[in-house]
Amino acid sequence: MLGILASIIDGVLVGLVYGLAAMGLTLIWGVMDVINLTHGAMIVAGMFALFLLTSVLGLNPYAALLPVLVGGFLVGVALYWISIHRMVGRPPLMSLLSTFAVNLVLIGVGTAVWGTALFNVNVSLPGITMGRYTFPGAHILAAVLAAVIAALLYLFLQHTRLGKSVRAVANNREAAELVGIPTTRVLAISVGLGVALAGLSGVLIATLFPFTVLSGDGYQLKGFVVTVLGGFGNPVGALLGGIALGLLEGAVTPFVPVSWTLVIEFVLFVLVLIAFPAGIFRSRRGAL
Amino acid sequence: MTALLVLEKVGKRFGGLQAVKDLSFEVREGEILGLIGPNGAGKSTLFNLINGVFAPDTGRITFVGTDITGEKPYRVARHGLARTHQIVQPLTNMTVLENCTVGACFGKDNLPLHRARAAARDAVAVTGLQDRAEARASQLTIAGKKRLELARALAAQPKLLMLDEVLAGLNPTEVEHMIGVIRRIRERGVTILMIEHLMQAIMSLSDRIVVLNFGQKLAEGVPAEVAQHPQVIEAYLGNPKLAAELQGSSA
Amino acid sequence: MLLMLRRPFFWIIALAVVAFALAPVVGNDVSMRESLLLDALYITLASNLNLMLGYAGYVNFGSIVFFGLGGYICVWLVNSYNWPLIPSLIVAGLGVSGLALIFGFGILRLRGAFFALATIGVIEAVQAFVENFTPWGGSAGVYLSGEIFKPLGGPAHALWIIYFMMVAVMGLSLYLSFAIKTSKFGLGLLAIGQNEDAAAILGVPTSRYKALVYSVSAFLPAIAGGLYFFKSAFIQPSDAFDLSLSTEALVVGMLGGEGTVTGVAIGAFLYEELRGYLLTSSTFANFQLVVSGALLLLIVLFFPGGLMGFIYSRFPRTQKVLE
Repeated sequence: MLGILASIIDGVLVGLVYGLAAMGLTLIWGVMDVINLTHGAMIVAGMFALFLLTSVLGLNPYAALLPVLVGGFLVGVALYWISIHRMVGRPPLMSLLSTFAVNLVLIGVGTAVWGTALFNVNVSLPGITMGRYTFPGAHILAAVLAAVIAALLYLFLQHTRLGKSVRAVANNREAAELVGIPTTRVLAISVGLGVALAGLSGVLIATLFPFTVLSGDGYQLKGFVVTVLGGFGNPVGALLGGIALGLLEGAVTPFVPVSWTLVIEFVLFVLVLIAFPAGIFRSRRGAL
Repeated sequence: MTALLVLEKVGKRFGGLQAVKDLSFEVREGEILGLIGPNGAGKSTLFNLINGVFAPDTGRITFVGTDITGEKPYRVARHGLARTHQIVQPLTNMTVLENCTVGACFGKDNLPLHRARAAARDAVAVTGLQDRAEARASQLTIAGKKRLELARALAAQPKLLMLDEVLAGLNPTEVEHMIGVIRRIRERGVTILMIEHLMQAIMSLSDRIVVLNFGQKLAEGVPAEVAQHPQVIEAYLGNPKLAAELQGSSA
Repeated sequence: MLLMLRRPFFWIIALAVVAFALAPVVGNDVSMRESLLLDALYITLASNLNLMLGYAGYVNFGSIVFFGLGGYICVWLVNSYNWPLIPSLIVAGLGVSGLALIFGFGILRLRGAFFALATIGVIEAVQAFVENFTPWGGSAGVYLSGEIFKPLGGPAHALWIIYFMMVAVMGLSLYLSFAIKTSKFGLGLLAIGQNEDAAAILGVPTSRYKALVYSVSAFLPAIAGGLYFFKSAFIQPSDAFDLSLSTEALVVGMLGGEGTVTGVAIGAFLYEELRGYLLTSSTFANFQLVVSGALLLLIVLFFPGGLMGFIYSRFPRTQKVLE
């Protein structure tokens, strides 16, 4: 009984972080129908930023969140102007290809600089023990921070003027333009936020697991799964989708070898996509 | 006259909105049947139900004796039912002729490519687009795109042609021309079911008219009858200009 | 089919194929042969991907799955059942095509970006599966013994035969692209690529056509995969399902001009030659991904029509000759 409870708790903890990893992806997707294929690379950028900030500047890992937030935002705005702005209003596949191209460049630079070696950031925090099970402190703190960031994003979208503009643009870009919202600026800000969220999730993930330049792909794919499970553009949905994925991973682990989890996840992803293509399309608008 | 298309108690609901309810009428071979009604009366939804974009929740749709209720659009097209769209849907990077060739290839006769090209040329000529045959669809004006919609549907050699507001957005000269084209198509023996807001045009073109309001049939009959129908006038009174046009055009 | 013989483009393809086959023979140039073999492979992959991307307008990030699975099936038949090469290749092609057909009906219900995402899921799922699949050696892969080249007259001779077969596969790919483009099937696919809803209303059986072209576009890449890994005498999941090869097939298509037969072939040829140069140069060896990424970005931003788009607009008459 305690074993099941423990794996549920662990699933929720990891799931919250997955949810955060997906949040930036689903935000950009929800606002402008652009699937940002640099998302994984941006998560990795967050990981390496943490690595550099802690190893070179000797910063506390959690103090790195702030500079990563700011830096990620700026990178995101740049990304918007480089690869997304010209694609707005063109077939959706074009933005898919343009962000994919930027992703290749980023991964290429990353592998040229760091190779594909494994890096890790040591975080030692006291864990919480329940009977035979100990939940690592880093897991708990990462999950709490993920929930806090999601809550802040939710408050921003619901209660600030800028957040409301973002939602308006997501709902109907033309109408938003007509009532005087500077849509281009809002789009750029949304991409900035989306990338900042990717960076933050990279920081938190790097406090939990070792990483390489190529780790981003896996989390980006998990981001797709979470988005498909939790709906588009909705931070709460992303957290719920993340928790669902975390629980699923926890639930299959006792029954199949770890290496098969990935197969199950991707098969599930494709099946969910196929099962609800209409549902996904319908919920796309006004999800924020 | 035999019935080509028969609708029996057709209904469709979207969430809380009953878009079409218990609707029955028939389109007879060789006629032009006009479909009118205020905005939101369910006219375009009805077209989408007939050609299979949506499946109706209730009722039955029969075309030339075959039950086509809920059949996929491409299968409906094979039965010889072609349509145009209120919002034009050109295959933008293809030429006018290629657009029409697609219509001819996959329409009623399922023609091989070389014969489809001939049918496409014919449709292009009937609609007066021959000078623009090699132009890309994206280069056409709105009037040109409307004609392309018509030409492409016609190239399919349909038994029934459904026209969704082909006159909307055209200037008076273009409207004149388009009305001429529609008459010529009808003379070739094609049955036509058309939605139109331009009262004068539809009253003069149609043999019979069906009036929809809130997804239900309000009236049916020859144009003069329909225009005198008290409920129809009432439905249009919300829009005095249309009501006046309705009165004027039947006089 | 006979009508095709009257088209100049038919003979242009024939000429290109003969030139490919003879070029390394003339000087008995083995290193040229190896480089041209890769060119032929890229042209094969890009041309078949173009059936999906350029004609039907569907971005398939997972086209390499066909290549990898074809390689595995062929290597497995040769290794475990001692099948000769040619039947193994044919079974690999048909098997992968069949799988794609079944799979296509499900996955192609998705439109646009969702389809593209699902194809990423497919490549990851297949790779993860093969890494766990012990009959195919798991993540260690399968080695073939040197014996396999004996029926082809020893390794040196076998490499020539494999080269000619690869060129033949390339030629078939080009003819397939050409034949589809000038057929009713191709017209339906182009209509789907432009506006799928409108195409369906015009009577194009969209689901069937999409599944069919997905399956057709799997056949020759699977055979090419079989040849390639037979030649290497070794296959492992990370080579067989290398996402970057999928990507490069997309890049070369965009580079040459998606939807054209000539452009895609020239794009693949130029890109592979460039890549070969970059890989051997000491400065650029590590930046191959950066170069292809930057190239793709520039094309998408500024030259969406690719090389052929440029040529067609400059010399409109070429449209009549070069498909």
